[in-house]
Amino acid sequence: MERPNWAPGDIDLERPSVARVYDYWLGGAHNFAADRAAAEKTLEAMPEIRTVVLNHRAFLRRAVRYLLDQGVRQFLDLGSGIPTVGNVHEIAQAADPGARVVYVDLDPVAVAHSRSLLDTNTQVSVLQADVRDALGVLSSPEVTKQLDFDEPVGVLMIALLHFVSDEEDPWGIIGRYRDRLAPGSYLAISQAGYDEDDVESSASVQARRIYDRQVTRSTFRNRTEIGRLFDGFTLVEPGVVRLPAWHPESPADVEEAGKRFPGFAAVGRKE
Amino acid sequence: MTERVDQRVREDRSPLDPAVLAGAEVFARSWATAVIGSSYVPMTRAEVAQHLQDLTELLVAALFAKPFRTAPGHEIGSRLVDAHFTGTDTLGRTVQLLGDDLLADLGFPGDERLTSRLAALQGALAAGYARALRERTLAEQEAIRAAVLDARDQAESMLRASEARFRAMFTEAAIGIGIADIDGRILDVNQALQDMLGFSVDEMRQYNVRDLMHPEDAGSVWRLYDQLIAGECDHYRAEKRFHRADGEQVWTHLTLSLVRDDHGEPQYQVAMIEDVTDRHLLQNRLRYQALHDPLTGLPNRALFLERLGRVFNNRAKHVRAGLCYLDLDGFKVINDSLGHDTGDQLLVEVGRRLDQSVSGEGKLVARMGGDEFVILVEGSSGEQDIVEVADRVLTALEAPIRIAGHELSVSASIGIVERQLSGTTSADLMRDADITLYWAKADGKARWALYDPERNAREVARFTLSATMPRALERGEFYVEYQPLVRLEDSTVTGVEALVRWQHPEFGRLAPDRFIELAEETGLIVPLGRWVLRKACEEARRWLEEFGDSAPFVSVNLAVRQSRDPELVRDVKQILDECSLPPHHLQLELTESAIMGTADEPLEALRALCDMGVRIAIDDFGTGYSNLAYLKHLPVHELKIAGSFMEGLRAENEEDPVDSQIVATLVQLAHALSLGVTAEGVETPAQAARLLRLGCDTGQGWFFARPGPPENIDSLLRGDL
Repeated sequence: MERPNWAPGDIDLERPSVARVYDYWLGGAHNFAADRAAAEKTLEAMPEIRTVVLNHRAFLRRAVRYLLDQGVRQFLDLGSGIPTVGNVHEIAQAADPGARVVYVDLDPVAVAHSRSLLDTNTQVSVLQADVRDALGVLSSPEVTKQLDFDEPVGVLMIALLHFVSDEEDPWGIIGRYRDRLAPGSYLAISQAGYDEDDVESSASVQARRIYDRQVTRSTFRNRTEIGRLFDGFTLVEPGVVRLPAWHPESPADVEEAGKRFPGFAAVGRKE
Repeated sequence: MTERVDQRVREDRSPLDPAVLAGAEVFARSWATAVIGSSYVPMTRAEVAQHLQDLTELLVAALFAKPFRTAPGHEIGSRLVDAHFTGTDTLGRTVQLLGDDLLADLGFPGDERLTSRLAALQGALAAGYARALRERTLAEQEAIRAAVLDARDQAESMLRASEARFRAMFTEAAIGIGIADIDGRILDVNQALQDMLGFSVDEMRQYNVRDLMHPEDAGSVWRLYDQLIAGECDHYRAEKRFHRADGEQVWTHLTLSLVRDDHGEPQYQVAMIEDVTDRHLLQNRLRYQALHDPLTGLPNRALFLERLGRVFNNRAKHVRAGLCYLDLDGFKVINDSLGHDTGDQLLVEVGRRLDQSVSGEGKLVARMGGDEFVILVEGSSGEQDIVEVADRVLTALEAPIRIAGHELSVSASIGIVERQLSGTTSADLMRDADITLYWAKADGKARWALYDPERNAREVARFTLSATMPRALERGEFYVEYQPLVRLEDSTVTGVEALVRWQHPEFGRLAPDRFIELAEETGLIVPLGRWVLRKACEEARRWLEEFGDSAPFVSVNLAVRQSRDPELVRDVKQILDECSLPPHHLQLELTESAIMGTADEPLEALRALCDMGVRIAIDDFGTGYSNLAYLKHLPVHELKIAGSFMEGLRAENEEDPVDSQIVATLVQLAHALSLGVTAEGVETPAQAARLLRLGCDTGQGWFFARPGPPENIDSLLRGDL
């Protein structure tokens, strides 16, 4: 008989998962053969992918520290993936033990792992949900119990939106989150993309093709398109920039390669 | 999270030589440059540099330690992993950099003892790193596997919960649910269905869906089933009967749905079955009640009409059927005199006898209401079949019926119709049977009558005539003809009889015998008679003006009903006045019965007319029963002997002595009473001669003239003929 549509789907370890492939690239071992095979195949075509994910991870750290500096103590991490070193709550609670975090991911294994790690941390919740369903996420008990929307919230969409196609209306999705936020809240986005005048290397095209086929489809966006995602927010300096160039921790972080980096980052503030 | 990075800055500075310390710093910077980017570590570049600086100092201390131990090498390797320097290149670059640069950076290039110690530390670092990485990897693998199990548990528990919900829906549903595969093998049935059919799940699993076929199933049920199994339709509903385990039957509403697999191929069939037996039985009972007469238990009018309609729907060519329409004679009297209770019991007994005497395939006895019953005979072969039924029924009713001490004799009248069904309708059949019943009543009751299309046509025509007569009068379809009354002595026309005719648009010219009786029944005779009277008086006036003393009087027939019309005298007087006609120019003809059999009122009217000077004649004298003694007191001037007495006088050579004697006697009687005598129906010269001989005063008939338009009279009077 057909399974009712509210029952979860199979957990198929033969299929690579976005979260576990990402973990593998970050040097983690929270992954399985199928994940590693897909990750290696992509790496073969584009060895710099490891650097790319390291940079997204590093941007997460810098963005959270920036938001902490702005006084934000609540974080909604959308598409949080497999917890690895340097998670949002570690960074935030190091600065302020009262900081609150909600992790949201669709991957049931990532969510189960996060829950087992965070079992005792009452300031952190983990929600299994599709982040595209903004109203569902915002009305979930995990979110409503943990976050106070009368106070600023930092919404994090790190290495997420290249998995949301234009047809799925990322502008509408972000708008629904934005409408719930108090003034002084922030949105941090990093996503894959090239600038209008960049020439995407054939290696990158090849890598994307492998990734799209084996893991999940991706949508690259240029600087202007990413800027448009911040409708209703005021971009903080320096606006939309290539990932390594957003508030670098050291000039050495922004090397020559950073100028050609296939991804952008920005943080906006809701006034 | 559990993974913590030691970011503490060591307070205890190395006691080593400052130059060595400076060399260590140089090395730490090179190290940081070599490994940054090889792994993700959640540290800024400066933090990474500080971390490696600490590790370098630890290494340098170990290099010069007394006694020399390799344990710090293990620790450094382990701490690299702890800081998440887990990338594949990190260890290689580290080991290579140690070998290439460390001793030179510290200012001891080529020192064999240190080179040997460094090699040992490198080995220890690699081993420590490997062991820590292995532990970390195993821990992470275990964690992720645990997460998978958790997630699966979670998913499965949700699935179980949802399955439990579905299972509960299935088992607890009040409606019967059954699931079978596409070959019809029954896989599962819920409790409600088990209860409904009286079979357990295991018993049901022995069955194929097709085993549940019931002989009463509509053909469409299994036709749709085949279509569904073939994937041509996704569900259907049907009324279906099932056999229960105990042999009883269950009436159900069945909904069968097809379940397809992910590729759209038929996979299962799901039946939802609702027990509607109670409803069905109730419907049957209600239907029985709706279709049967509660008093006699016989089918009622509705069922009879339904059956009759079905007979007509199913008719094939040449199929015949017959009806007996039966009505008890004098039932109302019994009801009124002995009470409705007795009447009802009588009806019950009559119903019983009818049912008993009429039995067999294709025969239906129904009570139509009141004391009317009907018998339908399907597939009759001719009128005789139905006549036999009617005879049997009449015989069955002959024996007296005892009710509450009364011995009641009943009889019935029956109308019979029997015919081929094609070309007729049930309504025709019913109407004709009803008409025929009326004939049986009119013909004397306690009998049957057979439908006669010609009789019916006549009655229809009569009806048509009576219905169209009022408008005919308005439209002037009536006209008056005149027949002379001739004095036998000298052949002088003394009077004319006015005879009304109807020029009917459909039936043509109609004589009074076709419509006067109808006009009497409907009452139209009064206005019609008045109209004739006026017409005749107008003519009489015209003749008076033209012919003066030799003008004839007009003789106008007065119907019974007219004679009893209280307005008669006034009407006559008014018409005479309007026409300025002297009363003795008018004669009114009445039949014997109109004059004799009446009460005083008409007689008074006649007297008044007589006193007025109007002549009164008795028409058709000799055919009724006249009280001869009474006759002399009546205001009468003339007797008109009925034409039937003329028969014996008509032949030239011989005459009937009886007729002759009767006429002679009548003439003598009339003359004895000082009445004039007119003979009607005079058609031959012999008759005229004999009447004259017998002393008859006046003759009328074809021998003298046929009735005709007033102009014919004109000609006669002028002596044109």
